[in-house]
Amino acid sequence: MKIEDVPQDLKYYKGTNVRDVNYAVDENGQYKAVLSDGWDAKTDALDVAWEEVEEQCQEVLDRIKRGETSPLEYHATKNLMDIDLLSSYSGFSKRTIRKHYNPEIFSKLDDDILSVYADVLRISVEELKTIP
Amino acid sequence: MELNIIHQPTAHCENGTISSLLRFYGINLSEPMIFGLASGLYFTHVPFLKMGGMPVTSFRTFPGVLFKRVTKLFGIKTKSQRFLNKEKAMHKLDELLLVQHKPVGCVVGMYYLPYTPIEYRFHFNGHNICIIGKDEAKNEYSVLDTNVIQKEKISYKDLLKVRFAIGGTYPLMGQMYWIESVPTQLPDLKPLILKSINRTCKEMLSHSSMVPWLGVRGILYLSKKIRSWEEKMGQREARQNLAQVIRMLEEIGTGGAGFRFIYAAFLQEAAAVTNIADLNTYSKRMTEIGDKWREFAYKGARIIKKRKGESFTYNDLGDILEQISVLEKDFFCDLRCLIAEHSK
Repeated sequence: MKIEDVPQDLKYYKGTNVRDVNYAVDENGQYKAVLSDGWDAKTDALDVAWEEVEEQCQEVLDRIKRGETSPLEYHATKNLMDIDLLSSYSGFSKRTIRKHYNPEIFSKLDDDILSVYADVLRISVEELKTIP
Repeated sequence: MELNIIHQPTAHCENGTISSLLRFYGINLSEPMIFGLASGLYFTHVPFLKMGGMPVTSFRTFPGVLFKRVTKLFGIKTKSQRFLNKEKAMHKLDELLLVQHKPVGCVVGMYYLPYTPIEYRFHFNGHNICIIGKDEAKNEYSVLDTNVIQKEKISYKDLLKVRFAIGGTYPLMGQMYWIESVPTQLPDLKPLILKSINRTCKEMLSHSSMVPWLGVRGILYLSKKIRSWEEKMGQREARQNLAQVIRMLEEIGTGGAGFRFIYAAFLQEAAAVTNIADLNTYSKRMTEIGDKWREFAYKGARIIKKRKGESFTYNDLGDILEQISVLEKDFFCDLRCLIAEHSK
């Protein structure tokens, strides 16, 4: 790859200090390390992974509307956490979490329990209770 | 307290962290040199080894191997440690930083890393960062993350979280590594370079047909598999699998093309250090192989996200991979002969 071909497709790195380093050759054929803002081919592939998550989220939202699960499952799915992972991070057993997926039980949970989930999922207690 | 190490972004986090640690002890090696000496280049596509439900495709050796190999070559004494107790893991880090004044490499998860873009926060637990200081009043640490263009700060709480990330590939248990001491006299680079290149050639070539997933055979294996993905898995799953390969190739610690270019840069530097001018030709050949990998990623991306007037197929990708497998096979065979000549 030549230095002028190093992709500079800024997308998800925007507003952050994260960048790629590419090794590319200059006009004399010498290798140089060049900063890159990212590459569309990569972000396209990344988008596919997120589309998949979006679809799962939509499916959970539908179940919430039917009263089959609680907002907790939505936020967990959005954060790529299955029940095993959520259990490991929160310290609650899988059985307890399944109970908390019940909308009636979820609506009665106190803030102490909710704040554990909120912390794991990097959101506020208020956000945890709401869905889009 | 902050140790004086200049921050240098690199293509890959493990190379970069090794280079930061070495730099503190006055050993200045470029990223390509570290990668080359550690024989970092590799290929695996193991269909039954899954990560996030999809086969693992890797373009490099296993995490942690690079540090061990490079330091061993130079006779550098190192230590690494994992912990059951979180407080102990942080306490040991503090002791190394504040009492012994040593920079420490930590393996961390990406998911809770505060300065990473949200789109990149997957449960991937193989990222390397170098901790170089602590502000005790604020209870935060100074971090060199080679994916970032400047020094970063991370709070005690966040660092604890990322060091004990769970899920993803494997539990981290606060894994960290550091340099204990460096020898006063460093060995001559030339024999080390020859040895490392030989090792890379061996690893890429010497797998029997019983294990078709490793080395250049693995590339041929993937080229055959990829052609039938769409028929076997259906369009949706094939697309997801392809996206995964491209992400492994280009995103997760810069894969295929990225590593091939780093290796080409290494061969160029090696030519100058060893006075073996022929290595320059090999550098050029490796650049061409890297370009082919880039073509693969580009066309693959166009399959998962179609643009007007383009119709690349999985067969096209299979063709490119087949070409690459032949190119790489010839490349490493020839390179091995060259090294054998010069090792006499």
